[in-house]
Amino acid sequence: MGGILNSSIARKVAMALSGLFLVLFLLQHFIINFTSVLSAESFNEISHFMGTNFIVQFLIQPILIFGVILHFVLGIVLEYRNRSARPINYVRFNGSANSSWMSRNMIYTGLVVLAFLGLHFYDFWVPEIVHKYVESHPEDPTRYYHETVAKFESPVRTGLYVLSFILLSLHLYHGFSSSFQSMGWANKYAKGLRGFTVAYAILIPLGFIFIALYHYFNNV
Amino acid sequence: MSVLESKVPAGPLEEKWKNHKNNINLVNPANKRNIDVIVIGTGLAGGSAAATLAELGYNVKTFCYQDSPRRAHSIAAQGGINAAKNYQGDGDSDYRLFYDTIKGGDYRSRESNVYRLAEVSGNIIDQCVAQGVPFAREYGGLLDNRSFGGVLVSRTFYAKGQTGQQLLLGAYSAMNRQINRGKIKSYTRHEMLDLVIVDGKARGIIARDLVSGEIERHSAHAVVIASGGYGNVFYLSTNAMGSNVTASWKVHKKGAFFANPCFTQIHPTCIPVSGDHQSKLTLMSESLRNDGRIWVPKKLEDAKAIQEGRLKPTDLKEEDRDYYLERRYPAFGNLVPRDVASRAAKERCDAGYGVNKTGEAVFLDFSAAFMRYGQEAANTQHLKNPSDEQIRDLGKKVIESKYGNLFQMYEKIVDQNPYETPMMIYPAVHYTMGGIWVDYNLETTIPGCFATGEANFSDHGANRLGASALMQGLADGYFVLPYTIGNYLADDIRTGPIPTDSPEFDEAENAVRSQLEKLCNNKGTKSVDHFHKRLGKIMWNKAGMSRNAEDLKSAVEEIKALREEFWKDVKIPGEVNELNTELEKAARVADFLELGELFAVDALHRNESCGGHFREEYQTDEGEALRDDENFMYVAAWEYTGKPSEAVLHKEDLNYEYIEVKTRSYK
Amino acid sequence: MNLTLKIWRQKNATTKGKLQTYPISDISPDMSFLEMLDVLNEELIDKGEDPVVFDHDCREGICGTCSLQINGEPHGPDRAITTCQLHMRVFKDGDTITIEPFRAAAFPVIKDLMVDRDSFERIQQAGGYVSVNTSGNTQDANSIPVQKDNADNAFDAATCIGCGACVAACKNASAMLFTSAKVSQFALLPQGKVEATRRVLAMVEQMDKEGFGNCTNTGACEIECPKGISLDNIARMNREYLSASME
Repeated sequence: MGGILNSSIARKVAMALSGLFLVLFLLQHFIINFTSVLSAESFNEISHFMGTNFIVQFLIQPILIFGVILHFVLGIVLEYRNRSARPINYVRFNGSANSSWMSRNMIYTGLVVLAFLGLHFYDFWVPEIVHKYVESHPEDPTRYYHETVAKFESPVRTGLYVLSFILLSLHLYHGFSSSFQSMGWANKYAKGLRGFTVAYAILIPLGFIFIALYHYFNNV
Repeated sequence: MSVLESKVPAGPLEEKWKNHKNNINLVNPANKRNIDVIVIGTGLAGGSAAATLAELGYNVKTFCYQDSPRRAHSIAAQGGINAAKNYQGDGDSDYRLFYDTIKGGDYRSRESNVYRLAEVSGNIIDQCVAQGVPFAREYGGLLDNRSFGGVLVSRTFYAKGQTGQQLLLGAYSAMNRQINRGKIKSYTRHEMLDLVIVDGKARGIIARDLVSGEIERHSAHAVVIASGGYGNVFYLSTNAMGSNVTASWKVHKKGAFFANPCFTQIHPTCIPVSGDHQSKLTLMSESLRNDGRIWVPKKLEDAKAIQEGRLKPTDLKEEDRDYYLERRYPAFGNLVPRDVASRAAKERCDAGYGVNKTGEAVFLDFSAAFMRYGQEAANTQHLKNPSDEQIRDLGKKVIESKYGNLFQMYEKIVDQNPYETPMMIYPAVHYTMGGIWVDYNLETTIPGCFATGEANFSDHGANRLGASALMQGLADGYFVLPYTIGNYLADDIRTGPIPTDSPEFDEAENAVRSQLEKLCNNKGTKSVDHFHKRLGKIMWNKAGMSRNAEDLKSAVEEIKALREEFWKDVKIPGEVNELNTELEKAARVADFLELGELFAVDALHRNESCGGHFREEYQTDEGEALRDDENFMYVAAWEYTGKPSEAVLHKEDLNYEYIEVKTRSYK
Repeated sequence: MNLTLKIWRQKNATTKGKLQTYPISDISPDMSFLEMLDVLNEELIDKGEDPVVFDHDCREGICGTCSLQINGEPHGPDRAITTCQLHMRVFKDGDTITIEPFRAAAFPVIKDLMVDRDSFERIQQAGGYVSVNTSGNTQDANSIPVQKDNADNAFDAATCIGCGACVAACKNASAMLFTSAKVSQFALLPQGKVEATRRVLAMVEQMDKEGFGNCTNTGACEIECPKGISLDNIARMNREYLSASME
C-alpha cells in the first residue's frame, strides 16, 4: 500500500470512511428489508428497482464492493501492524480493566461479519448475478420476496444470521463512534454522537434479527 | 591577594552585566563550529545551557544518567518561578528582587551575581513563553502571578503545581530542536566519573555507559557541570533517587573549590517518614502554609496520647493546641521562611510534642480555613443560617479547588483523609545552597570548567527563597553562561579537536576503572544502601537542622570510619562491564561519604548561625539565629588536598555596597 | 503482608527472559511498590543473587522514569498514579503479583524490567518544539495573549510525563496518546501555530517509523495514563494531521 496510506493516521481515516459508508449502506439495506415485513409488493418493487437500475448496479454497487474490500483489507493490514508492534506478549494482560471487549476484538467481530458476508453473497448475490447475467432468465419483478423468505426456512441459516448480526452489533458498538474519533471529531457534541451511534449499533442489527426471525416463524 | 578572584566587573551595580557583555571576547560563528562543549546534567541549568550553546553554533555533548534529558529532577519543582516583571503593578523591580534574594539568603551571597539574576529574570519568562511553556493565565489571556514566602509582591509565575516540569520540558524541547539539527549529541544513561585536565585546562571527561558498562572518553574545549545538588548525602531527601554529587565532587578533587557545603535547605512541609523502609521523602508545596495552621498539643500527656493513637487530633480542644509559629512569630505567623519554620518544628518535636508514632511530625490543620472559606461561599450563595456542617463542606470544596492534587497525593501516601483530620508534616532536606565555587563568569577554579544551577555555590546565600531555584537554573543556562563561556573559548579557536589518546586521558580512565573494579571485587557483606542509610543518619542527627561543635566533631570521625568500613565491606553483585545498578549507587555513595565529611568540617568551622545553618551555640535568648557578620561574612571555598577533612579554606569576602546588612526578623 | 511475586527476569536485550517466582514476607501496607522491590533486592543481594533491575528516579510521580506492568496493567491497579506512588495497601495478604516490563517492539527490554524508550525521544526530536532562539530580546511574554481555555488545555496536554504507560496499556502498543499530547500542546498555542503543519507530519512519520501500532480508540491509554491525558488530544492530532496532509 503506497502513498498517503503509508501513514497510520491516514489508514485509520480510510478505515473510518469506508466504515461509515458501510454504516449508511446498512441503513438503506435495512429499510428495504424491513418492507418485506410490511408488504411483499413494496419489497418486490424496491428490490426490482435496485436490481435493475443502471446507476445502482454499475456505479453504486462497485463502490460498495470496493468499500467492503478496502475496509477488510485495511483491517487485516492494521491488525498485522498492531501485532508486530508487540512481538512478545504479556504473560498477564488485564485489558478488561481499561477498555471494552468490543474495542479490543474488532478484528474478530469483523472477521465473523466477513464470513457472514461470504454466506450472504453465496445466498443472494451470486444467485442473483447468475440469474441475471449468466442464465438470462426473463424479467420477473415479483420473484424477490419469495426468494428471500425461502432462505429463512432453515433454522441453521437463521441462527447463523442472528449470530452474525449480534457480532455486527458489537462491531458497530465500538466502530461507529470510533470512526469519528479517527477523523478528528471531538467537540461538545461528541457525547451526544456517541449515544446516537450506540443506539444505532443496537437497533439496526436488532431490526435485521427481527426480520429474520419474523420470516422464520412465518415459515414454520 | 586571595587565590579566589571573583572577576566581578567594575562600575555601578546596574551597569556591571551590560558592560561586561560589551567587553568580553566573542567567538565568530565560523569558529564556533570548531569548538566542542560538554554539559553534564540536563535539568534546567544544563538543558538550557546546552540548547543555547548549540543555537550559537558550538558542538555540544550532553550527559545524563536518566534515560531521557526530560527526567532530570528539575521536573519535580512545584510552586513557580520568580521574575521581576511587575505585571501586577505592585511596585516590583529588579532591585526589589535582588534585595529580597540577598536578604532571604541571610547576606551570604555575592551582590553582583544576584543583581544579574534579577536583571535577566524577565527575559526568562519571555523566552519560556516563546517556547510554548503553558504558564497559568487570566481570562484576559495575560500571565497570572502568585505570591510566595518572604516577599511583599506577586512575582511568581506558575503552571499549576508543575512549574518545574513545564519549564524543563521547554528547555528539553529547545534541546530536541538542536539534537534534530545535529548540534547536540545527547548521551543518556551515561554518568560522568571524572574530569580530564590537560595543560591545566578542563578538556574532557571519563563517562560510563550505564547500559553496556563501557568506560568512555569524551573530549571538549570546555566542560559545564550542571548536575544539581547533593541533598542525597542525607539519604532521605526530596531529591530523586539518582541525584548525586559525583560530577561536582570529581571536579572538586581535580582542583575546583567547593563552597559553603554546609548550607542546606530543609523544607518544612514534607510528608513524615513512615518507617525504616522509606526510600525518599515527598514535598507538599509551600503554598499550603497560606491556608493551613501549624500546631502541636500544649500538654505533653496529650501529645503522648496522640502518638499512641488514644486521642484523635480533632478531639483536642482549641485551648489545648499550641500554634507555635503564630505564638513565636506573630508578624509572619505560619508564613515565616523555610529555615525558621523547619527549626521551630524540630524544637517542638525534640521537646516531646511530636504527633505521629515516631514523634517526628506536627499538624498542618485546614479546619479554620474550611470555616473561613465556607462562610465566604455561604455568603456569596446567600444561604440563610447555614449549619456549621454546611459551611465546612462548602469550605472543603474551596480548598479542594486550590490544593486538590496535593490533598490527593497526601491521602495516597499516608492513607488518611486530610479533609477529615489534620495533615502531618515534618521538615526534610530539599535543596543545597552550597556547591562548586564559581566566579562572576560561572567558571570554577579550574580553567575551562564551569558550573551552573544548583551545582554551583549559587546566588542564594545561606537560604533560598521559594521559586528562586528555577529562576537561577534558567538564568545561568539561557542568559549567563552562553556569553561568559565565549570569553574563555575565544582563546581556543585555533586549538582544533582535543585528542582522547593523551596520557591525561589514559590516567583518568585507569583511575576510574580501578575504582570501579575495586568496588566490584570487594565481595563484602553489606549492600550499598546499608552504608548510605547510615551516612544519612549521621548527617541528619549531627549536621541536620541544628548543629553543635561537639556533634559535628564526632560526625567527622564517624563518617571517616564509615567510609573505611564501606571500602572494606561493601558488597556489589555483578561486573563492571554490564548494566549494574548497585555499582552505580556504590560509586555515588563513595563520593557522598567524602562530601559528608567536608560538609561537617564546613559546618564546624562556621561559628555562627545563618540561614539554613543553625549552630546551637549561636542563638539569641529567644532561640533565634545569631549571625556573626564580623567574622563570617564570607564564602568558604574549600580546596581539596587529598583528604576531605584536610581541605584548605579560602575566603571570598562579601562586600555589600548597595544593600544595608540587617538582622532578619520575622517577629 | 506476605506475597508471591512473579517477576520477569531477562539478562540482557538479546537473551530470552522468563517469569521467576519470589516469595516475600513482612511487607508493610504503608510501603510503596518500589520500596517493596527494594526490600526484595536487599534480600537478593544478601543471598548473592543479582537484584531485579527496574527504572525509577524521582519517586514522586513526575519524572516518568518508573514503569512496570503490574498484574496486567501499567503502573498497577490504582488510577492516576505512577508505580512509585502505588502503595502496597491496595494488595491483600497472600496475593500473587505478576510484574512484567512495558512491552512493545519500540520499547526493547534492556534488562529485567528496564526498557529502552528512546523511540519517544526521537518522536520529540522530530518536531516537538517551537523554533525560537535564546536571544534575551524575544518579544515580551504578555504580547502573546492566549485564551485561558486554550492555555489550560495546552497545559493539560503538556503534563504528559513520557512514561510510556499509554503504549504499554494499548493492545496495539500505539503511541498516539503520547505523540498527540505534544502535538496538541503546540496546536493550542499561538506560538506553536507557525510550524504546526511541519510538526504534526514529522512527528507522526517518526512515530510510524518506530514501529508503534495503530490507534483502535479503545481508550485504555487514557484510563491508565497517570496524568489523565485526554483522548481528545488524539482526535486533535488526527484533525491536525488531516489538514496538514492536504496543504
